[in-house]
Order: sequence, then structure tokens, then C-alpha cells
Amino acid sequence: MKKHIPAAMVTLFLLMLWQGAAMGVNAAYILPSPVQILRRLWELRVPLFTVHLPATMGVTALGLLISVALGLLLAVSMDWNEGLEKALYPVIVASQTIPTTAIAPLFILWFGYGIWSKVLVTILMTFFPIAITVFDGLKGTKREMEELLLTYGATKKDIFLKLKLPTALPHFFSAIKMSVPLSVIGAAIAEWLGAQKGLGYFSKRMMTQLDGAGVFAPVVLLSLVAMVTVGIITVIEKRVIRWRKEL
Amino acid sequence: MLEFRNISFRYTQDESPMMENLSFLVEAGAFVSVIGASGCGKSTIFRLINGLETPDTGEILVDGKPISALKQYSAFMPQKDLLFPWRSIEKNICLPMELQGVPMAEQTRRCQQVLEQVGLSGYGKKYPKDLSGGMKQRVAFARTLLSGADMLLLDEPFSALDYLTRVEMQEWLLHQWESTGKTILFITHDVEEAVFLSKTIFVIQERPFSAMEQVEVPLGYPRNRSDLKRQEVVELKEQLIGRLRKGVNL
Repeated sequence: MKKHIPAAMVTLFLLMLWQGAAMGVNAAYILPSPVQILRRLWELRVPLFTVHLPATMGVTALGLLISVALGLLLAVSMDWNEGLEKALYPVIVASQTIPTTAIAPLFILWFGYGIWSKVLVTILMTFFPIAITVFDGLKGTKREMEELLLTYGATKKDIFLKLKLPTALPHFFSAIKMSVPLSVIGAAIAEWLGAQKGLGYFSKRMMTQLDGAGVFAPVVLLSLVAMVTVGIITVIEKRVIRWRKEL
Repeated sequence: MLEFRNISFRYTQDESPMMENLSFLVEAGAFVSVIGASGCGKSTIFRLINGLETPDTGEILVDGKPISALKQYSAFMPQKDLLFPWRSIEKNICLPMELQGVPMAEQTRRCQQVLEQVGLSGYGKKYPKDLSGGMKQRVAFARTLLSGADMLLLDEPFSALDYLTRVEMQEWLLHQWESTGKTILFITHDVEEAVFLSKTIFVIQERPFSAMEQVEVPLGYPRNRSDLKRQEVVELKEQLIGRLRKGVNL
């Protein structure tokens, strides 16, 4: 707990600075104060928690799930076959230069206001870190260990299961920790662009009503959700991987 | 036990070959050390035996049969212990048996037995990070033993240990060799280690080499450290060091 004190102090200081500035500006539709935002969050708790948070979480979870599956599939197949690596790796990297937010409106055109246009944006933002990080993990096995297994008569499959998979596991957790905040951002952006519910959509609606605190309230909720999720994953990671520093 | 017949080998990225027309013979149950300056091809001999490299010409025979027709004829123990940090000691030791599809109950039985043999019973559930360097080498040795081969290839297994641990491990290894009856090929650049452990020493002097000088150590078994002070042993050591230094270009 003690190690978190400096960060908490900085956060508190920044919040106080913000509070001071907001009170000075005294125009909540431009710069709402943290206290106003919290109050608004409380006032809006029913629609936020019963309608919009579940909607966004649905998009995030679905997008993340598909991203993990797709990312792992790409990573494993590129590791398995050099031809596939040569064919896919540059394409995957290039796909990241596409400004997702700029083409996201197209997805709304193609897939409508339903959940899939949002899931697609989320996938586009998160499959990359998963595919590349896990791929690096699979490629990062020690050559000597691989050779040792070969002298024991290991097959390609044995090497994958007994060496590559465990070696890549820490990378997998890093990838997930990177992807969770990205997936929340992706879902929120997609909802901003066109949706009927969700935290991003709600935030945009408050904007049109010049409700500054109402814009921020769902954003606070989004960050909290991302932080809590990353926290939970970190706890799981520590239980699963006790040997991270030894490779 | 092991025979090299006219082996020539060159790494594809190298200009000159490592060895040319090399032939030698190792008898079953022997303790043979291979010494030579670094980069002379000691480890390459092991890589050829365990099939990680294929000779350009010639044949390697184990018990009269070409190695391409054999399985599990040799067990390799590298310089670093290379224990998998995510596996418990037990699971590390069982790794070669796991790959060979040995039944679980048999794995557990042999594992307990070998842990006792290497003096580490009670450590099975621990992880590599909980063990000292010497203990880890003993675990690595146990793993090598349980691969089931009669010929052990030990590539500078003690070179990363501190002096006192190394001395202990050498005596321990001799004891293991005497009790298991395995054939041991041992690579080292430490002349004293080679003299203390082996019956026969192969010396690599130049590169490419077509023969290794074969030196018999004038000591019987069991031996102890004070034997190293004997006149003929001291002379042998000096002689070997002198020969190796000729091959060193600073």
C-alpha cells in the first residue's frame, strides 16, 4: 500500500488544482469541477449503471474476446509458419497506420447503429497489441532450451506446448493489460459516432445539452472500469506467473 | 560404444571446416574428457553426436549402428542448467520422460528415486529459483540421467559454479558415474578438472582437426584430490596446459 502514496498525492494535488481552476472559471458547461462531476455521477446513477454501462461493457467484452481469439490465432500461425509470418506481419503492422477513429463512421454506415459496428472498432484497436506482443513472446524462447528439448526427441508440437506457450504467457498478460484500456476507448469512440446507448453515447448527449459535468461523469466511469479490470488481471497474473523475473 | 568414422564438418557460415576426416572411439562405461581452447570445436562434437548438426561426410556409430537409426542413445547436459522456471523440480526432471510418453506413475517413481540419488529428496515440489547453483546442476544431471540414455554428454557442466562448489560437484559426479555405470563424455577447458575426472583425455589442438590426441590418465578409481599432487599427474597437467597454449592466439 505504501508504494502507492506518492502517486495518490500527485493525483490529489492535480484534482485540487482542477477544483481551484474550475471554481475560478465558474462556468460548469466549460470546465466542471471534480466535485460537480461526482455529484452529477450520483444524480445520473440510475441510467448510467442500468443502461449505458452495461451497453458499453457488452461491446468491450465482446470486442476484447474476439480480439484475443484473433490475436492469438495470428500470433500462433505466424510463429508456426515462416511463410505466414512474411505474408501477415507487414499487413498487421500496416493495419495500425489506419486511423481507426477516422474510418469508424464508415462502420456505422456498413453495420448500422447496433452493437457490431462498435465491436469492430474495438477489435481494430485491440487485436494488434495482442497479436504482436504474443508473437514476440513465442519468438523469444531461448534457443538453447529449444535445442535441449530437441535432444530429448521433442516434436514441433512439444516445443510449442512445453516451451513456447509458457514463455509467451507473461507477454500474453502484458498484451491483455494494454488491450483493456484500448478496448474501452474503442467502444466509447464508436458510441460517440452513432449509438442508441452506451457511455460514449451518453457523454455526447450531455455535450449537446451543454452539461459539462454530465459529459465527464460517464468518462470517469469508463476510466474506473478500465482501472479495476487491469487491477484484477494483474492479481490473476501474479498468481499464475511467479517466475517472470527468471527468464 | 561411440565411434566417429571419417567425420568432416563445417558450419555453413564459416569459411574453414571445424574438423576433417575425424575418427575416434569411446568405449562403453568410459569417462572421457575433451579439452581444447575455446572455439576449437569441442561443443561441435556434441552437437554432431546428439543430432543437432549433421556431418558433411562420414558416419557416427553408437554400438555399431548409425545414429540416424537410433533414438535416445545420448543425453545432453548443457553448461547452463536450463531448468524451466515455470516447472517444479519434479516436473523439470520428468521432462524427458514426458516427451517419451513414459506413464505417469513410472515417471513419479523414477523421479523420486533419482532425487534421492542426487541427494535432493524433498526438493521435488520446489522451483528452480529456490535452489543454489550446485543444486540446480544436480537437478539438471538428474534430468539427463532420466532421459534413459547410456551415454551422457556433459558440456562444461560446472564452469559457472564457484570453485568450492565445483570441486564438490566433481567428486559427486565421479561417484554418480561409478554407481550408474554410464558412459560419460565431458567437455571442459579446465585441465585439472579433466585430469581429476577422466580415464582418457582427448586433446584438440588446432582447427580444423583430423585427429585428437588421446592421453590416458595414470590414476585408477576411486580417486581423491590428493592424487592430483602425484609427480606424474602434475607433469601430465603441465604438459597438457603447454599443448593447449600453443593453440591460443591472443
